[in-house]
Amino acid sequence: MPAVIDPPSLTDRNTQREPSVAAPHSPLAAQLPIDAARQQDVVSALRAVLPAHCVLWREEETRPYECDGLSMYRQLPMVVVLPETETQVVAVLRRCRELGVPVVARGAGTGLSGGALPHAEGVLLGMAKFNRIVAIDPLARTATVQPGVRNLAISEAAAPHGLYYAPDPSSQVACSIGGNIAENSGGVHCLKYGLTVHNVLRARVVTIDGEVVELGGLAPDAPGLDLLALYVGSEGMLGVLTEATVKLVPKPALARVIMASFATVEAAGDAVSAIISAGIIPAGLEMIDRKGVAMVEPFAKAGYDLEAAAILLCESDGTPEEVAEEVAHMQAVFEGAGATRLAVSRSEPERLRFWAGRKNAFPAAGRVSPDYYCMDGTIPRKRLGEVLTAIEAMQERYGLRCANVFHAGDGNLHPLILFDANDRDELARADAFGVEILELCVAVGGTVTGEHGVGIEKINQMCSQFSRDELDLFLAVKHAFDPPGLLNPEKLIPTLHRCAEYGRMHVRGGHLPFADLPRF
Amino acid sequence: MSNSEAIPPALRLFSEQIRAAGVDGRALAVGGGGTKAFYGNGLRAADAQALCLSAWRGIVSYEPSELVVVAKAGTPLVELEAALAERGQMLGFEPPHFGQQATIGGCVAAGLSGPRRMASGAVRDFVLGIEMLDGRGQLLRFGGQVMKNVAGYDIARLLAGSLGALGVLTEVSLKVLPRPLAQTTLALPMGQAQALAAFDQWAAQPLPISAAAWVDETAWIRLSGARAAVEGAVRALGKGVAPVEPALADGFWTSLREQTHPFFTLPSASASSSSPALWRLALPARCAPLAPPQEAGMAPATLIEWGGAQRWLQGGVEGAALRAWVAGLGGHATRFRSHHASADAVFSPLSGPLLTIHRRLKKAFDPHALFNPGRLHPEL
Repeated sequence: MPAVIDPPSLTDRNTQREPSVAAPHSPLAAQLPIDAARQQDVVSALRAVLPAHCVLWREEETRPYECDGLSMYRQLPMVVVLPETETQVVAVLRRCRELGVPVVARGAGTGLSGGALPHAEGVLLGMAKFNRIVAIDPLARTATVQPGVRNLAISEAAAPHGLYYAPDPSSQVACSIGGNIAENSGGVHCLKYGLTVHNVLRARVVTIDGEVVELGGLAPDAPGLDLLALYVGSEGMLGVLTEATVKLVPKPALARVIMASFATVEAAGDAVSAIISAGIIPAGLEMIDRKGVAMVEPFAKAGYDLEAAAILLCESDGTPEEVAEEVAHMQAVFEGAGATRLAVSRSEPERLRFWAGRKNAFPAAGRVSPDYYCMDGTIPRKRLGEVLTAIEAMQERYGLRCANVFHAGDGNLHPLILFDANDRDELARADAFGVEILELCVAVGGTVTGEHGVGIEKINQMCSQFSRDELDLFLAVKHAFDPPGLLNPEKLIPTLHRCAEYGRMHVRGGHLPFADLPRF
Repeated sequence: MSNSEAIPPALRLFSEQIRAAGVDGRALAVGGGGTKAFYGNGLRAADAQALCLSAWRGIVSYEPSELVVVAKAGTPLVELEAALAERGQMLGFEPPHFGQQATIGGCVAAGLSGPRRMASGAVRDFVLGIEMLDGRGQLLRFGGQVMKNVAGYDIARLLAGSLGALGVLTEVSLKVLPRPLAQTTLALPMGQAQALAAFDQWAAQPLPISAAAWVDETAWIRLSGARAAVEGAVRALGKGVAPVEPALADGFWTSLREQTHPFFTLPSASASSSSPALWRLALPARCAPLAPPQEAGMAPATLIEWGGAQRWLQGGVEGAALRAWVAGLGGHATRFRSHHASADAVFSPLSGPLLTIHRRLKKAFDPHALFNPGRLHPEL
């Protein structure tokens, strides 16, 4: 490992205190121990402002919080705090600020990038008790909710009014709206209905100083800078959400899905482009490759074509007349693109059955493999075929199977790498396979994360996607909200030190950063 | 030593101008075609040097099948929209131009959306990525060309509507939408209260309404989408009234977007009244007809857009009383256009922790406070 020397030309922004090591930086690293003396100080301080049942510190009580949906990274938190009111959240943050204790917020813990991975010296702030739907206003088409409310629960509450909340990540039965806002979650329907950022009107946020700010509002175009857009997707690093108002949209009268089979992945990718070029914005447009189909079909029995190299699921929603017109148009496009088989759902149960395979890809993966690693990256749609071919080649090299299910409509890729975590070599190879896929995404003009977030998982890849100046500006934005750097530290934005260690520095236009740093 | 990407020669001049301004402590008035110059507070610095992007223009890439267009900031909006129209696509936020020289960079920086905003989204909803020069003259890129991108903080969307306060946009990547297959406008005679109630009722239904406005005792509804959906909606809402002839309809919506409709003409300034101004109100859904505080017994004239969420007031309006009243309704007011600058700030004030965050962000992007000082907020 080369010695890293910080050049003297660095600006003030990047001379923040290098945080003490927080948590394992790789799936193979061991968890960090808890400092018992410090733990008792923090517990006492928090028990002064919270009821006893809201403060957990014994290992058997904190163990359930040691990881989120990215279970290959685990770290016991020093203390778990489960507040019940905003006043308590304010008090917790103020105490933590006084004591210099890091705070990691957590919704349902379904996140896939380790965004809620605890800090060994920090508080894990569980917001699950904030599970109230405060108000549904059917005429204004808004829902005001607390962050612990499940995504699907919002739609369930809105259903009697013929409304629903559109962003539908596959984990929606479990994931929380607070987590969705932290990650700017998407889902199958985001091509037509937008990401979380397009569907949130207002966020009530508590800063590390314990001050409450309202971002956005019920009226459009709030004055000042668009801090709501900045907050959505900020991965728990700028403030803690205590309430949000989201948009509800009218539930379409009807939805139909077409299942189209293709003989090659290139043909399927071209068909996706053809749909968009035809001026159609489907309600959902998903692709599953042959390995994915083989994996999900025995489990979901959705009637997927096991012969196809790739299948597309393309949904149309709206009034019956709209859907009839649009489905006819989509079928014509798919036929023109060489679909080998076309099936259109004829009833709501059939439509749900067509989707069952795609939506149950994870449990299906669990049937065929002890573990799986779900990747998340986005690429320009036109590079789909090329990237899938490259992934096929990587499977040979890493000796691991990889099935691909994804949001073809917006090029958001979810390769599922199958492996056995008990085999340390397979774990290491799965990790490396994932890294190579992400680097490829960046290389073809995409991004390292489409919707799962950066968290801890992709923090190293941020060194490839961004220049040091850009990363420094991210740090400065973080500093504008959280000067002591206590909210979810060591996630999302890598420091210079980390990028240099990782070795993947950003080279753009042939200009090597820090050319005077010794390299071996 | 800079470690940012190598700056293309054409942008190096701007970068040097920014660095020099930082050394001199001299403000920079960032702009494109100057078509939004009327909008916002006056600059704090009287001797700001112009930094104009209008020569840095051209579509960099346009992929209709990806729904993405990338253009240099100085690209004329007319040129961009023509290129999109040729391929049957458009900007979903239907931006006002306010002049032939309007640029896409200025359009994004001003953050103004047109009649389609409530149906399709605002400017920032379509921003995928930007390239910008910050207050140190560094060239930075945020976002990209793909909608599904959550890497890092959303600085690209933050720049939309920032009125140049944080940096100089040099390139923008925008999501585009297909033009609707069918479009029809209805003009239905009704009073303000009835129109607002109708707009609220219709918005809760899956109707293909792309714009809803009210002026001169008439509600105007534009229906856009699949032919079957539009025809069905015409039957349901039209009450047997014939749709507006297409050219007239387009003319009407353009006159709202560009504020060439007679309603928007500012009365001439007179010595006896306070400076006439066009006020823009942004309101939550389901706000009743306006009864704003009146000045000297004169009721302000109203034009409603965005189904009620955006309303314009002309005449007989006193700023402070109006702001307090609008804030009570959960909205905010902007002194959008006037003949003369006034002591009144243009935008609703910011205070407390929110203002502190704004100050720190300004410092992060523009440490020497060079860019359009005072335009977005007196302190920024």
